[in-house]
Amino acid sequence: MLQNFIIYIGSGTAVTVSVTLAALPMGIVLGLSFALLHIYGGKWLSRLMTVYSTLMRGVPPIVLLFILYFIIAGSINISPFWAGSIALGWVSSAYQMEIFRGALLSVGGGQMLAARAIGMSRWTAVRYVVLPQALRLAIPPWSNEVSIVLKDSSLVYALGVPEILRRAQQLSATTQQPFLAYGTAALIYFILVFTTNRLLDHLEQRTRLPAQL
Amino acid sequence: MDQPILKATGLSKKYGDNVVFHNIDIAVEQGDIIVIIGPSGTGKSTLLRCLNLLTKADSGKIWLDGTEITAPGHSEDEVRQHIGMVFQNFLLFNHLTALGNVMLGLTKVRHLPREQAREKALSELNRVGLADRAGHYPGQLSGGQQQRVAIARALAMDPRVMLFDEPTSALDPELIGEVLEVMRQLAMQKMTMLVVTHEMGFAREVANRIIFMEKGSIVEEGAPNELFLRPKFERTREFLWKITELYGHKKE
Repeated sequence: MLQNFIIYIGSGTAVTVSVTLAALPMGIVLGLSFALLHIYGGKWLSRLMTVYSTLMRGVPPIVLLFILYFIIAGSINISPFWAGSIALGWVSSAYQMEIFRGALLSVGGGQMLAARAIGMSRWTAVRYVVLPQALRLAIPPWSNEVSIVLKDSSLVYALGVPEILRRAQQLSATTQQPFLAYGTAALIYFILVFTTNRLLDHLEQRTRLPAQL
Repeated sequence: MDQPILKATGLSKKYGDNVVFHNIDIAVEQGDIIVIIGPSGTGKSTLLRCLNLLTKADSGKIWLDGTEITAPGHSEDEVRQHIGMVFQNFLLFNHLTALGNVMLGLTKVRHLPREQAREKALSELNRVGLADRAGHYPGQLSGGQQQRVAIARALAMDPRVMLFDEPTSALDPELIGEVLEVMRQLAMQKMTMLVVTHEMGFAREVANRIIFMEKGSIVEEGAPNELFLRPKFERTREFLWKITELYGHKKE
């Protein structure tokens, strides 16, 4: 019985991790691209990005998840898992865009100026001077977003994807032990978030630039 | 053959209604060391930035080695490779070591092979006396050292002319000397330079021409002795008097 319990919730954990691992890279790629367009894309793209970000962040993720799910599932034939993951990454892109935008802006215009002064094109300067510094600055707020995406992955439960929470609910119903089932789910989420944040803290330490002692 | 390295005619710039400078003519010949002096806010720094196209002038034309660089379709990035610039606040790339700072333009703009770029960068660091600091990050260097790395970074591109925008204004007094010393050596090596500075001692000693700018115009220009000892205009005299009072007579 205990063995079944572990296998059951373990497979849910694998789904949660997979959803997160699928959603996060998508959020990074979109979020970073949108942030770059916002800052370097000129007036109209910048406005467009502001509208995008404001709209996306002004609606609860679960509502967006449903809307995006039906848009995605309605236009292409993919599994709920992929539809849910893509929708989650899409929602996250707006938040990640703000994270990367903030980081890019805090690098400061002087670095771009200095890069242009030695003959770099704007794009070369972004790639070799601004981005390497911005990505370092983005790690702490991004770490926060990772834990949000991890926890928000429980929302794909509503789309029928058998992740931790859905598994826990089923277990609660069959075993009549809701505290054990949801308690285990909570513990697993906590361990996942805690470990990820520690790993990213470590990454931040390792990439930190040396300063005068 | 005797064309100026850098020449500008009728250069004007304004931000909104605020005229930064108006109708400036300037010609920098091979080996010239020109120092631009003048009160703050008279457009000296903006003028330098317009000359290497970091800021777009509203009107006027600029030539580099006889080629008009303000002509439509001319590559700004290409131009800036040949005009070195040193900023008041150093602006080193914070995520790179001193060596990395000097190498970046060589590898990413001039596309030199890494080894060759490294060698060249080391020799430029050596030129400013910082070969032993090659592995240090900007945060680990003093202001004077950072500015010397910034000079090496500009020199590495083998510029035709170097623009210095108040290179010592952000430095503690005891660090100014080492930067001026590097600039003096450049002058001895016949580097063509255009320097905005308040260091009158340096200007008198090194420059072959001084330009006094005020309120967006060139008031007076001439050889250092001429301009410092027999200024033609009352405004030049007043400014020089004020600045010597402020900075002392140490070079008298």
